[in-house]
Amino acid sequence: MTAEQPLIELQGVRKVYSTGRLEVEALRGIDLDVHRNEYVAIVGPSGSGKSTLMNILGCLDTPSAGRYTLGGETVGGLDRNRLAEIRNRHIGFVFQNFNLLPYASALENVELPLLFAGVSARERHERAAAMLERVDLANRMDHKPTELSGGQMQRVAIARALVNRPTILLADEPTGNLDSASGKAIVSLFEELHAAGQTIVLITHDAGIARLANRVVRVQDGTIVEDVRAAA
Amino acid sequence: MTALSFLRQMLQDVRQQKLRTALTVLGITWGTVSVSLLVAFGEGLEARIRANQRGLGENIVIAWPSRTSLPWEGLGKGRRIRITEEDIEALRREIPEARFSGEMSREKSTFRRERVRITPEISANSPIFAAMRNIIPAAGGRYVNDLDLDRRRRVVFLGDKLKQDLFGDEEAVGKTVMLDNVPFLVVGVMEKKAQDSSYSGRDEGKAFIPETTFRGLFSERYLENFIFQAANAAATPDVTRRVYEVLARRHKFDPADKEAIGMWDTSEGEKFFAIFFGTFRAFLAIIGSFTLVVGGIGVSNIMYVVVEERTREIGVKLAVGAKPAWIQRQFLAETLTLTAVGGVCGLVVTLGFLAVFPLLGLDEYVGTPQASPLVVATTTLLLGVIGMVAGWFPARRASLLDPVIALKLA
Repeated sequence: MTAEQPLIELQGVRKVYSTGRLEVEALRGIDLDVHRNEYVAIVGPSGSGKSTLMNILGCLDTPSAGRYTLGGETVGGLDRNRLAEIRNRHIGFVFQNFNLLPYASALENVELPLLFAGVSARERHERAAAMLERVDLANRMDHKPTELSGGQMQRVAIARALVNRPTILLADEPTGNLDSASGKAIVSLFEELHAAGQTIVLITHDAGIARLANRVVRVQDGTIVEDVRAAA
Repeated sequence: MTALSFLRQMLQDVRQQKLRTALTVLGITWGTVSVSLLVAFGEGLEARIRANQRGLGENIVIAWPSRTSLPWEGLGKGRRIRITEEDIEALRREIPEARFSGEMSREKSTFRRERVRITPEISANSPIFAAMRNIIPAAGGRYVNDLDLDRRRRVVFLGDKLKQDLFGDEEAVGKTVMLDNVPFLVVGVMEKKAQDSSYSGRDEGKAFIPETTFRGLFSERYLENFIFQAANAAATPDVTRRVYEVLARRHKFDPADKEAIGMWDTSEGEKFFAIFFGTFRAFLAIIGSFTLVVGGIGVSNIMYVVVEERTREIGVKLAVGAKPAWIQRQFLAETLTLTAVGGVCGLVVTLGFLAVFPLLGLDEYVGTPQASPLVVATTTLLLGVIGMVAGWFPARRASLLDPVIALKLA
C-alpha cells in the first residue's frame, strides 16, 4: 500500500485569508498523504483549520502556497472550469447541513452531478435511482427534501456524492445535524462504503465516530499535530 | 431534468414572489406596448400620408407653359410659350419610356341635371391621365377611353363628390347630364381616393371629358398644362431634361430656360417623405425603447436579488461540479424567460389595441396603426437585446461566486 502513489498528496499547503488589513493564516504548512481505500477522520477544535483543509481537498478552495496533487494531477493553478470538472468527476461532497436543492425531488438532487457530467437523461435517471436504492431510499425518490427526515436527507446527499463514482468521498461533520440514531445509520453506511473500497475523508467532532476510521488526523492552529493509524 | 427542473424552479420563484414577479413582467409589458404601439402608429401615419400623396399621382411632374426668361437665337425674352396636343404627341414619340398627358380646363360651364346646377372644374385630357393620377373608376364605370377621344364623344367621368352633388345616392353611370345645354353621357364615377395636394382643386370635385371633345366644344387649342411620369423617381430628372430639350427645339427657346415651362416635380416630395419618415420611425422606436430599457433595468435589479437569494443553490451546484458558464446560462435563461413573458403580454395588449383602434374612426387623421412585420421584428429584437443585457450582469455575478463563500452564507 505504501509503495503505491498516494491518491491525495499535500505538501506544505498554506492558506491565508486576508480581510482588509488583517491576514489570517488558516493553514500553516500541511503535509498529508491519503492512499486509496483509506478512511481518514480529521479532528480538531473549532477554528483549527480543518474546514479550510476540507475545502482545499474538495477543490472548492485553492491553497495560497504549497502543492496539492489529486490522483497524480496537480490542482494548484487550475482555472475555475477545470476545478469544476475535478469536483464533478473525482470528489463527492457531504455537508453538515445536507445542501440539497429544496425545489427538486430526491431523485433530481442525486441526478445533479450527472447532469453536469453530461450524462444522458435516461442514464442519469437509472444511475440516480440505483444509488438511492443503495442508501435505502428507493421508496422516497419523488419526495422533496422538506418531506424527508434529517437522516433521509443526509442519505440523499450521500447518494448524490457517490453517484458519479468519485475517487474520494469528503464529509464535513455529516452527523452534526442528526439525532444519534440517524447519525449511527449514516456512520454505518460510511463503514459499508469503506468496506466496499471507497476512500473517505471526514471531519468530525465525535470521538466515537473518529475511532471507527482507520486513521485519525488531528489539526490544531493550522497544522497537523497528530496522525494516528489504527492497528489494522 | 434540466428543462423541467428549471421550469419548476422558475415557477417556485414566481409563486413565492408573485407581486415582485408581476411588477417585473409588467415593466417589460409596458415597454413592449410603448415600442410596438409607437412604431405601429408611425407606420400607420406614414401609410396614410403616402396614400394621400398617391392621390395626386406617384412621381408625376406637372408642367405649365409660361413665358421665356432668356433670349434665344434672336428672339427676346418674355415670349409666351403655348403647348398643343401635337407637342404632347412629339414628346410621346421622342421619350417613349415616359407617359404624357395634356390637360385643358375650364371652370365656366355649368352642369345641369334636373334642378341641380353646378359649375365645376372641367378637366379635359387623355385616357392615360387616369392611370397617372390614380383615378380609379368605381365598379360599373370606366374612364374616358381612346374611342371617346377619336370620335369626340360627349362623355363625362365624374369625381365622386361631384357625382354626389349631381345625383345624390342615385346611380349615375348611363345617365345624361347637360353641360351648357349639351347632353353628356356619364360613363364612370371616381372611386373615393385620398388626395392631400392639388393644383386646381381635388379630383373628387372635377368632371373629366375627352380633350378632343373639349377642343371642339370650346374651340380651345392650347393646353393649360401637361403631366408626365417617368418609370421611377430616379429617372425623373433625366426625363425632365429631355422634355425641356424637345419643347425648346419645337418652340425655339433655350433648353436651360426653366421659366419657359414651369414644373412641379412631386417626386421631390417623395424623397423628402422617405427621409422624414425614416427619421420619424427611428425617433419613435428610440422613445419607445427607452421605456423598454427602464423595464429591462427593473428585470436586471430583480435578477440581482434572485441571485442573492439563491446563493446557496448556486454554491451547491458549483460544489457538485457545475461549471461557471452553466450557472451563467441558467440565470440568463431565466431573465430571457421573464422578458419573453412580458414581451408576449405586451404584444398581445398591442394587438388587442390595434384590433379596437379602427372602431374609433380616426383613420382619416392619423391612419390605422398596423402590426406589421416591422413592428413585431423591431419589438422582438429590442426585447431580445434588452433581455440579454439585463440578464448578463446578474448571471455573471452568479457565475463568479466563490463556492466556499456561497456555501457558507447558507
